[in-house]
Amino acid sequence: MSEALAGLPAAWAEPAPLIRAPHGWRRLVTLTSRMGTFALVELQKLRHDRTELVTRAIQPVLWMVIFGTTFARLHAFPTDVPYLDFLAPGIIAQSALFIAIFYGIQIIWDRDAGILNKLLVTPTPRAAFITGKTFAAGIRSIAQVVVVVVVSLLMGVAMTMNPLKLLGAALVVMLGAAFFACLSMSIAGIVQARDRLMGIGQAITMPLFFASNALYPIDLMPGWLQVVSRINPLSYEVDGLRGLLIGTSSHLALDFAVLAGAAVVGIAVASGLLGRLVR
Amino acid sequence: MTPAVECSGLTHRFGTKTVVDGLTLSIERGEVFGLLGPNGAGKTTTIRLINTLVPVQQGSIRVFGFDVGTQAMDVRYNLGFVPQQLSIEAALTGRQNVMWFARLFDVPRAQRRARTDDALAAMNLLDVADDLAGTYSGGMIRRLELAQALVNRPALLVLDEPTVGLDPIARDSVWERVRAMRAEFGTTVLLTTHYMEEADELCDRVALLHRGSLRAVGAPAELKSALGTTATLEDVFRHYAGTDLADTDNEGSLRSVRSTRRSAGRMG
Repeated sequence: MSEALAGLPAAWAEPAPLIRAPHGWRRLVTLTSRMGTFALVELQKLRHDRTELVTRAIQPVLWMVIFGTTFARLHAFPTDVPYLDFLAPGIIAQSALFIAIFYGIQIIWDRDAGILNKLLVTPTPRAAFITGKTFAAGIRSIAQVVVVVVVSLLMGVAMTMNPLKLLGAALVVMLGAAFFACLSMSIAGIVQARDRLMGIGQAITMPLFFASNALYPIDLMPGWLQVVSRINPLSYEVDGLRGLLIGTSSHLALDFAVLAGAAVVGIAVASGLLGRLVR
Repeated sequence: MTPAVECSGLTHRFGTKTVVDGLTLSIERGEVFGLLGPNGAGKTTTIRLINTLVPVQQGSIRVFGFDVGTQAMDVRYNLGFVPQQLSIEAALTGRQNVMWFARLFDVPRAQRRARTDDALAAMNLLDVADDLAGTYSGGMIRRLELAQALVNRPALLVLDEPTVGLDPIARDSVWERVRAMRAEFGTTVLLTTHYMEEADELCDRVALLHRGSLRAVGAPAELKSALGTTATLEDVFRHYAGTDLADTDNEGSLRSVRSTRRSAGRMG
């Protein structure tokens, strides 16, 4: 073997300086830095792909204008505030859900394009990759929130303009989007195919939406459905948004705790399943 | 000095199918080492085991002395990888693609921009650095991938079929850059290729894999002269892999054909 090296210039036989991976607490620094990197890259990708932000905003606007105005006239649900005010936070949460629930397709796409394999052999904790995607899902959702807020104001919804509360609402939406994006990416890790993920995504989206407090108060539901909607993180997202944006009585501390906890668990599970996508 | 790569008793199965069968192999630091063999010989799986993508089932691999199972992060910091499939982020510019990898390898902020520009310049992509990578040709994408893989100045560069689907000029330019890289930084290069003349010209040593096991290893000249004075590396390949190339067809080859097609489609 040394024979093969004999003819090489001296420099080639010299070892390139090796790098050691960080240990102990410095791994936390790496994790944080990688999360930042992936968040930045997702933002850069978004900048080159802005048409989607507009087309995706059509659906929630239609929910407000068509469903909202009709049901407001019907006075079908006993709500503390005018129905459109009650509905607007629900539609915000719904639009974020619709974006996030198909986010697993992104990692299947990255897998099919060979990008995932390349990224997984860089010194990057898998949680950082997943967190980057959840961040992107959150940012896309925020773009919709802006549209729904503007439309709601035009429709006369009494929404807060307190910047701190708006910031809090943005955080609630980010956390909710993070959880549902992780749910989607976890399913992607299990089913491993785009069409199956699409099928499951479509099958669970509407039940998640209707089995929550987005369209009507939980008290109106039959008992078993009330249980389901209390497990559903979407209910906590809507409750938090209503409290922050409309000022109805809500359980903000509980909402934040549930959403943050769900997001962390989601990131852990989705990161654990990511390796299954390698082929 | 510890070898760049040391595989010992490496065996890997997919279900009941053994794709790598008791592979023991040592790659010296600074050499260009070619892994040759027909489709389905286990080349890509071996590469994926060495680069920490797939967990080792049986046997062991050390990369610069780091165990790929227990010290995967140490291995990854010293690794540059270009997969068979053309894979860049089409919605980012060339520079953003490379900058991204500079960040992923903790290239210090102060050097990041310069190192990125160096890598792009070395791959002759500086003029188009701010164009979206989705607009690049196949050859340009491959060079962009090399720039990504080289921005951390890896001690080991792993290339899986780096020139498949490239025209001869693009292929030459890829190899020219790889050689220059080795000359400057003493990088160890591990590659797979189907082009025997390419392997003959480039590799200090080659290993011939067939059905997951090692059939021959040595300098191309040694292997050729063992067969006869006029033998080519292709003759060596046929000698060890047999003439039953058509029978070795399996899902591995189907997948590689598919991914090549997919890449071609994306590039078109």
